[in-house]
Amino acid sequence: MLKLTGKNLSFYLLLMPLLLTLGLLIVLPQLDMLGVSLRERISYGEYKFSFLHYTEFFTEPLYWNTFLRTAVMSIMATLLTLLIAFPIAWYIAKVAQGKNKKLLFLACLIPFWVSELVRTYGWMILLRESGIISGFLQWSGLSSGPVELLYNDITVMTGLIYASMLFMVVPLVSTLEGMDDSLVEAAYDLGASTFTVIRSIILPYAMPGVISGCIVVFMLTLGNYLTPTLLGGKHSLWFTEQIFTQFITRFNWEQGAAFGVLLLTLSSLLVWTGLKLSGQSFKQAVAS
Amino acid sequence: MIPSIPQSQAFKKTYSVYVGLFFLFLLAPLIVVAVFSLNDSLFPSLPWEGFTLDWYFEDSKERRGLFHDRAIVDSIGTSLVIAVCVAVMSISVAVSNALLFERYHFRGKSVLYSLMLLPLVIPGVILGISILSFSSGIANNLEDNYGMDLELLRPGFLLIVLGQFAFISTMATLVISARLRKFDIQLEEAALNLGASRFDVFRTITLPWLKPAIMGSAIVAFLMSFENFNTTLILAGSDSPLTITLFDRMREGSTPVLNAVSTLLMLGSGALALFSLFVQRKKEQ
Repeated sequence: MLKLTGKNLSFYLLLMPLLLTLGLLIVLPQLDMLGVSLRERISYGEYKFSFLHYTEFFTEPLYWNTFLRTAVMSIMATLLTLLIAFPIAWYIAKVAQGKNKKLLFLACLIPFWVSELVRTYGWMILLRESGIISGFLQWSGLSSGPVELLYNDITVMTGLIYASMLFMVVPLVSTLEGMDDSLVEAAYDLGASTFTVIRSIILPYAMPGVISGCIVVFMLTLGNYLTPTLLGGKHSLWFTEQIFTQFITRFNWEQGAAFGVLLLTLSSLLVWTGLKLSGQSFKQAVAS
Repeated sequence: MIPSIPQSQAFKKTYSVYVGLFFLFLLAPLIVVAVFSLNDSLFPSLPWEGFTLDWYFEDSKERRGLFHDRAIVDSIGTSLVIAVCVAVMSISVAVSNALLFERYHFRGKSVLYSLMLLPLVIPGVILGISILSFSSGIANNLEDNYGMDLELLRPGFLLIVLGQFAFISTMATLVISARLRKFDIQLEEAALNLGASRFDVFRTITLPWLKPAIMGSAIVAFLMSFENFNTTLILAGSDSPLTITLFDRMREGSTPVLNAVSTLLMLGSGALALFSLFVQRKKEQ
């Protein structure tokens, strides 16, 4: 029999909210989604167990093409974000000094404080046919008529990179700040080329930051809905759109749930691979 | 490279230009949104027709400023109420979680901790559909078997709050736990030795120590809720919050009112950001 007094009692009181939250909002709903995805509707209120909605996914080219496209573009967006963000993070951590440094770092955080919707809207105003850039090109004579810059893959990619930049810069800056400058100086003194210094000193040191940045960016990109929808238009073919269409527009919950499970599996698989390759634990990468 | 290593002038210049372009890339969309909310034209695009505040305050047929647009004002109200509920719930649960994870050792702690981090890696859309399908399942069950029609479990206010709370509470837990970890436990022991009750110790010693972290994560929680889109989109019912209303309008086509709302949002979150910086500065003193 449990004795519910003093420290023991407060333990159970503290445990309760956590268990309720996790159980009712995470564990049970996820299991429910899995259950819904594995059933087939026979008639009203009658279901049977089946893999129909998974076979549907593999037999309909549109579905798995969208899936692959989303995965490949997310990976590309992650790598490009890393490539663009690294010099910036280096500049903030090592080159900029004093007040300048603080200011640049805060500027990187601005997009976090502004809704994703507003940022995407800004890109729409800049890029569409009647937009600022198109207007500027006509005014300067570089183009004779309006230019439509929205609704193509490059624009979607730009939007995705923009949306995730901050989540790459911040972990990189905090890792690089911990690096001792004398490591780089010593390497140069010993005659290393810039390339060697980056490859064998800086990159290994920055690896934890690189990994946690990449994981967060990849997951956010994969689950992004707004950017592909607004910047890519009808032809953006993003998997979260497919889930939304099945669930909300077509009311085909079984199919939508199956897609949800597939997307979750994909993201877990890639994140797990990333962690294995780098030898980091899930907790380190996410909680930092 | 670092300043102590000599570099060619050309390299330094290129590097500075790159950094400059990067920040232009970062800020351009935001500046454009704000500037074109002040353009005296029916569309948020060039040419520049002159300065106006019509898109905020005017109330006429062809120009309805944001403060006279019922749908937008109402949805701002809805978003505010949701954000306050989410922030209060998240902070309460986060304090409890932080105490649990930092003060107690129990079997399965590490599993529970990983489970608690899970919401951070589940895409928002999937979190949304899983909660929607789970609660609809319960609602259908109640209706079929007991004839009860629980409107609460259908898409709308409660589900939005719960959906956002599910991952925002995790964020708050991480922030508050980090603060609690730095707490000197001897302070509590001393108070207990001097005869204070457990509750008094918590109220007068532990809670004040946690206060900066609580304030900080309350602000971030409020903002995350106010600006959340993915989860909210799935769980929204008829009285939609601001982000959903804006999204619907954006798909129909843009008017400078959207710029005005966006600018207002930026100003609001800018003020919150400054406030949270202020809170942090006080913490450091």
